[in-house]
Amino acid sequence: MENLTVDICVVGGGMAGMTAAIEAAEIGKEVALIEKEAFLGGRVARMYHYFPKQCPPTCGLEINFRRIRQNPRIHYFTLADVESVDGQDGAYTVKVRQNPRFVNEKCTACGECETACELERDSDFDYGLKKTKAVYLPHSMTFPLRHVVDPAFAGDAKMKAAVDACPVDAIDLGQQAENFEVAAGAVVWATGWKPYDAAKIENLGFGQCKNVITNVMMERLAAPNGPTEGKILRPSDQKEPTKVAFAQCAGSRDENHLPYCSAVCCAATIKQAAYVREKLPDAEVHVFYIDIRTPGRLEDIYTNAQEDEKLFFHRGKAARVTEKPGTGNLMIEAENTLTGEKSEMEVDLVVLATGMVPNTADAPPTSDAVRDDWGFLVDGDTGVIGAGVASRPLDVSASVQDATGKAMKAICTKARE
Amino acid sequence: MAEEIERKPAVYICTGCDIAGAVDIDALVNVAEKESKIPLCKTHECFCSTEGAALIQKDITDEGVNGVVISGCSSRINTDVFNFGPHVYVDRVPMREFVTWCHEPNDEDTQMLAEDYIRMAAVRAQNAAPPSEFEEEVGKRILVVGGGIAGLNAALSTAEAGYETVLVEKEGVLGGWSTRFTKAFPKKPPYRDLQETGVDELVARVTGNNRIKVYTSATVGEISGQPGQFDVTVNNGSGSSQERIGAIVLASGWRPYKADKLSHLGYGTCKNVVTNVDVEKMAKEDTFVRPSDGQPVKSVAFIQCAGSRDQDHLPYCSGVCCRVSLKQAKYIREKYPDSKVYILYKDLRSPGQYELFYAQVQEDEGVFLTKGEVVEVKEEADGKVTVALDDTLLGESIEVTADMVVLASGMVPSTKVEESSAGGEKTESEDGDKAAEAADAASATDAPEASAEGASAESGAGILNLTYRLGTDLPNLKYGFPDSHFVCFPYETRRTGIYAAGAVRAPMDMAQSTSDAHGAAMKAIQCVEMLGRGEAVHPRSGDLSYPNFLLQRCTQCKRCTEECPFGTLNEDEKGTPLVNLLRCRRCGICTGSCPERIVSFSNHSVQMTSKVIKSIDVPDEEEEKPRILVFVCENDALPAFETAAMKRLKYSSMVRIIPLRCLGNINIIWIADSLSAGFDGVMLFGCKHGDDYQCHYMKGSELADYRMGNVQDKLKQLVLEEERVRIHELAIDEYDKVPKLIDDYVEEIVEIGPNPYKGF
Repeated sequence: MENLTVDICVVGGGMAGMTAAIEAAEIGKEVALIEKEAFLGGRVARMYHYFPKQCPPTCGLEINFRRIRQNPRIHYFTLADVESVDGQDGAYTVKVRQNPRFVNEKCTACGECETACELERDSDFDYGLKKTKAVYLPHSMTFPLRHVVDPAFAGDAKMKAAVDACPVDAIDLGQQAENFEVAAGAVVWATGWKPYDAAKIENLGFGQCKNVITNVMMERLAAPNGPTEGKILRPSDQKEPTKVAFAQCAGSRDENHLPYCSAVCCAATIKQAAYVREKLPDAEVHVFYIDIRTPGRLEDIYTNAQEDEKLFFHRGKAARVTEKPGTGNLMIEAENTLTGEKSEMEVDLVVLATGMVPNTADAPPTSDAVRDDWGFLVDGDTGVIGAGVASRPLDVSASVQDATGKAMKAICTKARE
Repeated sequence: MAEEIERKPAVYICTGCDIAGAVDIDALVNVAEKESKIPLCKTHECFCSTEGAALIQKDITDEGVNGVVISGCSSRINTDVFNFGPHVYVDRVPMREFVTWCHEPNDEDTQMLAEDYIRMAAVRAQNAAPPSEFEEEVGKRILVVGGGIAGLNAALSTAEAGYETVLVEKEGVLGGWSTRFTKAFPKKPPYRDLQETGVDELVARVTGNNRIKVYTSATVGEISGQPGQFDVTVNNGSGSSQERIGAIVLASGWRPYKADKLSHLGYGTCKNVVTNVDVEKMAKEDTFVRPSDGQPVKSVAFIQCAGSRDQDHLPYCSGVCCRVSLKQAKYIREKYPDSKVYILYKDLRSPGQYELFYAQVQEDEGVFLTKGEVVEVKEEADGKVTVALDDTLLGESIEVTADMVVLASGMVPSTKVEESSAGGEKTESEDGDKAAEAADAASATDAPEASAEGASAESGAGILNLTYRLGTDLPNLKYGFPDSHFVCFPYETRRTGIYAAGAVRAPMDMAQSTSDAHGAAMKAIQCVEMLGRGEAVHPRSGDLSYPNFLLQRCTQCKRCTEECPFGTLNEDEKGTPLVNLLRCRRCGICTGSCPERIVSFSNHSVQMTSKVIKSIDVPDEEEEKPRILVFVCENDALPAFETAAMKRLKYSSMVRIIPLRCLGNINIIWIADSLSAGFDGVMLFGCKHGDDYQCHYMKGSELADYRMGNVQDKLKQLVLEEERVRIHELAIDEYDKVPKLIDDYVEEIVEIGPNPYKGF
């Protein structure tokens, strides 16, 4: 692949990265956008609804895809890993490894390959709640709209059925990884987050009790393109729950896990509680919390939630979740943080409001990047610029806001040359 | 202009993706060539291949083709493949998504549907042209209104990016509220200790930057014109100056919620009840004393959410006050190590890494955090104040008595217009200091003077003083915040080229205001660059088309000037629109609003769509094939239809789909056209409207809904059933609803029977 020279190189094609890239490109800058997954949109693409409007994130993604499609200054790469970042302001070199998609640009997303393919894989997009074929479209509104082959199956002889089914010879299992370099005046690092590993919060039963799920899994259950096509069904028996508990600060604000507040989980839970109540009008929802944090105008959704007669807020941190043998039901024990008093409730689904861990915790842009104790990039006047959740816990709107500002910083960096 | 270009359309019918297996391609070619009289029509098994696209390019180069119709896949894929430059009109007929993927293959009705889509596209190609060059002079200087933290940062970043910048601050010094704060919240690791505000250094950088022209003690007298060509009058003590400006960052900040309204919390009734703004002042003086006797305080109780999160006052959370009280608790505890500080709260909000600061304050044994609802504040004989709390964690009522009570009152955007005429309630005018809350929060001018200057509820907050037909300031939206797309598109306001930053847009602290300012500055320079290239700004970013107004035929009905969500149009004294194209977002709402059909784009007009409707073959009544015309918003409803097709969801082939720029682009003439052309029903699909609107242009789908009210009156006059026109909200992810909505409607129409005007 050819090397590329741009004004700004943006790493991470989620909401923050896309925003930084598009905003800069619309000013007139040449931008490279490097995404490791097969699609743009990151975590946002996996969500069912946004708070506070209960609107689909695909609406906002679609408008960004449209902006990308028609802007020749954005050079985007999916399935691309950054191997190293070297240099200084005004002169960075980003080494990129382009991983094979095993599907070339002839693909028209007609789906014949998928129909023919017999091999299946766990969908990481759906947090393992669903399987897709080994050749698949990441999701129904995916961009770029092109199939991809799971590399674990590229060497499987049974892939031949899919190869043969393609009417335009788009599947190329012989594709190899290639390397190229991006020369850029500034680098915006927007590699986003992952959910805190709920299995580490042993007392809350994730991984031990089937009907304990996380908030990101809940988004997939509610999404029309998710494993249940939008029906909220508990994992153990695929039944609609009648009593759902949300455990706030699952791992956040906790010295043993994440000492910081993940900032989005309260509003996310209120959003989820609202759509559970809408989809399952007979179900009760109980939220166990320390403080409800809905700053600014997000307060409106909390105000509305408090008017719902079947939605209950309990001040107290969930201390333990155990399974009631034979039923799949769960006993959730909450603790009044001040008095130590404990209360217990039987529910049939528990949602852990797990927090956000920056991907920069494991994969910093450079070995000397300035990070805080939990891996968030610290704002500085120079260097690689962290944007979105790479810099601090943020909701989608705040990520867009932050990334727009960081694109400005990148432009100023470039202008100082 | 569009009319002057000789049109050379060509139709390219792709047979790939199994289209040829589902419809009769020869018949489609026949429709294009014989019926629609398209001189050039070709087929290929894969037009999106290099070879296929080259075939089209060759016709453009050799044959002078300038209108390309590609029947095949949706424009949502292979966009770059079929981009033949700005001078070639391209229309993609989604034959897969609208026909072969969602209807029975090799079926008579499917074939009729496919042929109609060819007819419709042919008419468009015969009438549409690529946009002509856009020639407007665009100035690129940036105006920043407000010299607080947000304004200073906005000015600095536009200047550092290379843009001449004008900064207008109404006070005599720069820095806004931040100059009154002693310390800022911790924003650097380990996030435990208060830090300097850094405002002096920031002001020095701004005043030392030779690209920034600073006006202090100055206000904006008037802004006329349009983005790229704003003429701004700046008034200051010595007179007024004129500035030519490209785009504007509104960073006019916040004011404290008026504490006089908080008498239920003891303000004004208990001498030793003060606000968090007062505490910042005490901190500057480095002495915390009771107002009643000037004695240093030994105990202080902070009441959180004083006026915030309160339906009788500010329903929203002011976002910063929890941290402000934690900060002020530290001030007091550090000054008087034997003092006690109580923080009485509903929910303690310290999001993100600020939690570490909260944790640090909690370690202090002299700080007591108590959750509860304040039920009473009363003065004791010795001047102390007692606060009674209910609903505490201990499940009981408690009382806290302290030397002084601090009300952590909230932030009001400077753009908020108070109901000044409503009797006793004065505007938050004089004495912003005394009046209420503090906050580490940021930004420019506190509103007192601004709102005093010629403001009324009708004319806005008097900050920008725009000469716009739709008002002199930004529309006063929910709670007075001016940003028009809360959540989706930060910074956007309802006036093109004006971007809000900092606490005027949402309650925020200094760190947030700083980053917010960079973002708004970004949008401002982006606006001037895009306009300079003749492109529309967000959300139709990059669109080169623009509306033409055939004003000779205007009847001064003023619908367009009233309905444009962006205030594009002014009016002359007769009511004829004065077009400011640089304010335009190309949504086409004006095209929809005009009863005289005089607002046209080169590639989209009322007449063109009327011709498209008339090109559709409507079978006679005896054939028992109803026809339903479906208008869809191209932003959300269209992708929902296409996703339904990707999922191979099947629905009635009696429908013909016409995408619109926004459902607000619908002109009711098209509905009349459809009914007189014999269509049996018309469906409209647009975005959700109301408080949680999803319309990209805010008001488009709502306006469409409003216009349909008028359509119902027309239907009655024509003695047609009201069911003949149906409007639906359809979100982008509601693709699974498409088949049922369509099929149920077709069934309903079949039951009602054919349109009696069919065949006339």
